[in-house]
Amino acid sequence: IGCGRASFSSSNPKICVVGSGPAGFYTAQHLLKARQDVEVDIYERLPVPFGLVRFGVAPDHPEVKNVINTFTQTASHARCNFYGNVNVGKDVSIDELRRAYHAIVLSYGAEGNRSMGVPGENLPGVYSAKDFVGWYNGLPSCRELTPDLSCDTAVILGQGNVALDVARILLAPTKMLKSTDITQPALDALAQSRVRRVLIVGRRGPLQIACTIKELREMVNLPDCRPEMVAADFEGVSEALKDVPRPRKRLTELMLKTALETPGEKEQERRSKASRSWGFRFFRSPVEVLASGGRAAGIRLAVNRLEGSGDGAQAVLTGEVEDVPCGLVISSIGYRSLPIDESVPFDSRRAVIPNSMGRVQQAAGLYCSGWVKTGPTGVIATTMNNSFDTARSLLEDMDSGALDVSSTRPGSQSISALLAERGVKAVTFSGWEKIDDVETRRGEVSGKPREKLLTVQEMLQVARS
Amino acid sequence: LKSILNPHRAEKVTVHFVNRDGEKITVKGSPGDSLLDVVINEDLDFDGFGACEGTLACSTCHLIFDEETYKKLGPVTDEEMDMLDLAYSLTDTSRLGCQVCLSKSLEGIVARVPETISDIRQSKDGSS
Ligand SMILES: Cc1cc2nc3c(=O)[nH]c(=O)nc-3n(C[C@H](O)[C@H](O)[C@H](O)COP(=O)(O)OP(=O)(O)OC[C@H]3O[C@@H](n4cnc5c(N)ncnc54)[C@H](O)[C@@H]3O)c2cc1C
Ligand code: FES
Repeated sequence: IGCGRASFSSSNPKICVVGSGPAGFYTAQHLLKARQDVEVDIYERLPVPFGLVRFGVAPDHPEVKNVINTFTQTASHARCNFYGNVNVGKDVSIDELRRAYHAIVLSYGAEGNRSMGVPGENLPGVYSAKDFVGWYNGLPSCRELTPDLSCDTAVILGQGNVALDVARILLAPTKMLKSTDITQPALDALAQSRVRRVLIVGRRGPLQIACTIKELREMVNLPDCRPEMVAADFEGVSEALKDVPRPRKRLTELMLKTALETPGEKEQERRSKASRSWGFRFFRSPVEVLASGGRAAGIRLAVNRLEGSGDGAQAVLTGEVEDVPCGLVISSIGYRSLPIDESVPFDSRRAVIPNSMGRVQQAAGLYCSGWVKTGPTGVIATTMNNSFDTARSLLEDMDSGALDVSSTRPGSQSISALLAERGVKAVTFSGWEKIDDVETRRGEVSGKPREKLLTVQEMLQVARS
Repeated sequence: LKSILNPHRAEKVTVHFVNRDGEKITVKGSPGDSLLDVVINEDLDFDGFGACEGTLACSTCHLIFDEETYKKLGPVTDEEMDMLDLAYSLTDTSRLGCQVCLSKSLEGIVARVPETISDIRQSKDGSS
C-alpha cells in the first residue's frame, strides 16, 4: 500500500483521520507539511474519497471541485494512506483506533438531516434536500429516491445555498446540465420533469437570508427562467441597508433589484419569454404538508412577523396561515452531525463534537475538524481554515508533550489485521483511481467529465479489478 | 501566445508579498500573469492559497493592497466581488489574486496575504 515505504519508520507519530471530505484532507495536508515524520492514514466509509465535494457540490459547479487535485496530491504523499470502504464506529471502533494511533482526527462531516417536524412530512412527494442532492450527485444510498417531478410547482423550505442549488437544478435547461457530472438517471428524470415554478421559502425576511450572492446571481441569470417575487416582502429593506456589512449589502441590493426594479427592454423580453419561474417567499414557516390522494398536494405555511432586526431578528407567529398548492416539497433546513461511537463525547443539542480549537473535550488524543467540529455551515474555504486550525492544535500538543508520541504505535498494521479478520476489504487510493478512470471514460462517451458509478458494489468491483 | 502579444515579456515585474507571519517575500512575475500564477510559479508557500485554481470559485487567493495600489489594479467584476464577499478579513482594498494581472505599471506593488481568522461561525452558508 502506498509508495515510498522506505520513509516509514515504526517509531513515527501515527495519526488517523476519519472521513475523507475537505476537512479530512486539509487536516492531513497541514500535518504532513508541518512535520517530516508523521504518518497519516485516512479512513473513509465509502469506497470513494472527497465527501461532499463529490456528493454535495452541484454538478454545474465544476470549478469548486478543483480542490480534488490538491487532495489527490495529499493522498499520493509517501506518508499518507487512504483506506476507503471502512465504516468507523462499525467496522472498527474508536477505541481500537486509539490503541493503534497516537491521535485521531474526526472529520466525518454532517450526514444526518434536520427534519421539519410537521405533519405530512413523510408523504410521497416530500424529500429532504440532502437526499435530493445525493440523488442527482450519485450518492449510493440515495440511488432509489427517484423523485416524482410530475407537478408544476415545487416548494423548497430553507433559503441557504443548498436550497438554491436544488432550485437551480430543478429549473435549469437540460442542455445546461448534460455536460456536467450529474448522474444519467437524474438527467433523464429532469429532462422529463414538469416542474415549472419553484418557491423558496424562509422563516424570516430578505435581510436574514442565508444564501450567498454567487448562488443568487446564478438564479437571476438562469436561462429561460424569470423571477417571481412579492414586492411587499421588501418593505423597509433598502432603508435598513445603510449600516450592514458589504457582503450582506450587495446580496440584498441584488434581491431588491430583481424584485422591484423595472427591467430594461432586453431583460423584459427575456422574462416574458421564459417558461419557468422562481421566487423567494419570506416570513413563512411550514405547518403541515397537505395531502390529496395519498401524496403531497400543498403546504400550509404560518405567516410570521419579525421581532428585532438584523441577524438576530426572531420570527414570531402572527396566527395567520396560508396554503400553497404544490406537488413537490423539499426541506432544506440543514444537515446535522451524528454521534459516531459511544466513546466520543457528543453535544446532541448543537449536534457537534464539543471541542476547543479542535481538541475534543475530555478526550486526550482525539481531535475534530470540518462540519462535525463547527456545525454544517460555511463553504470549503471555511472548512479549510478550521481544519488547518485543528492541525495546528495537534502539532502544538505534539511539541508541548501534551500528546505523547514517544511510544511506538502499530498504526494501520494492526487495523488492517482487524479488518481482514472481519472480512472488511479496504479500498486503497489506487483502487479509487481505477474507479476514477472508469468513470471518466464512461463520461467521455456522452461528453461529461465523468459518469459516476452508482452502487457500492460496482465501485468495489472496479476497485478490485 | 503571450510572447506574441507582448514583446516586452522579458521585462519582469517585481512584486512584494507579505505573508501571514508578516514576512516580506520579493519575487518577479511576467506581465500578463495573475498574482496567483506568480505565487504558483515562485512556489510561495501560503497555506491553502488558490484552492479552486484560479476559477473564481473559492476566495482563498484573497490579497490586500494599499489604497493607491488598489486603484491601479483595474476594474473588479461583479463575479469577483461576489467571491470576495466570502473572504475572511475582507477590506475595501481587497482583491482576488487570480483576477489581478501584472503589468509594467504595477512594478513594486505590495500584496498582503490576510490572516485567516477562523473558528468564527459565519452565516455564509453551505447549508441551512
Ligand atoms: C449540497 C451542498 C453543496 C455545497 N456546495 C458548495 C460549493 O459550491 N462551494 C463550497 O465551497 N462549499 C460547498 N458546500 C460546503 C462543503 O461541501 C463543506 O464545507 C465541506 O464539504 C465540509 O467538509 P467535511 O470534510 O467536514 O464534511 P464532508 O465533506 O461531508 O466529509 C465527510 C466524510 O466523512 C465520511 N464519513 C462519514 N461517516 C464516516 C464513518 N463513520 N467512517 C468513515 N468515514 C465516514 C463521509 O463519507 C465523507 O466522505 C456544499 C455543501 C452541501 C451540503
Ligand atoms: S483561486 Fe479561487 S477564487 Fe482565486
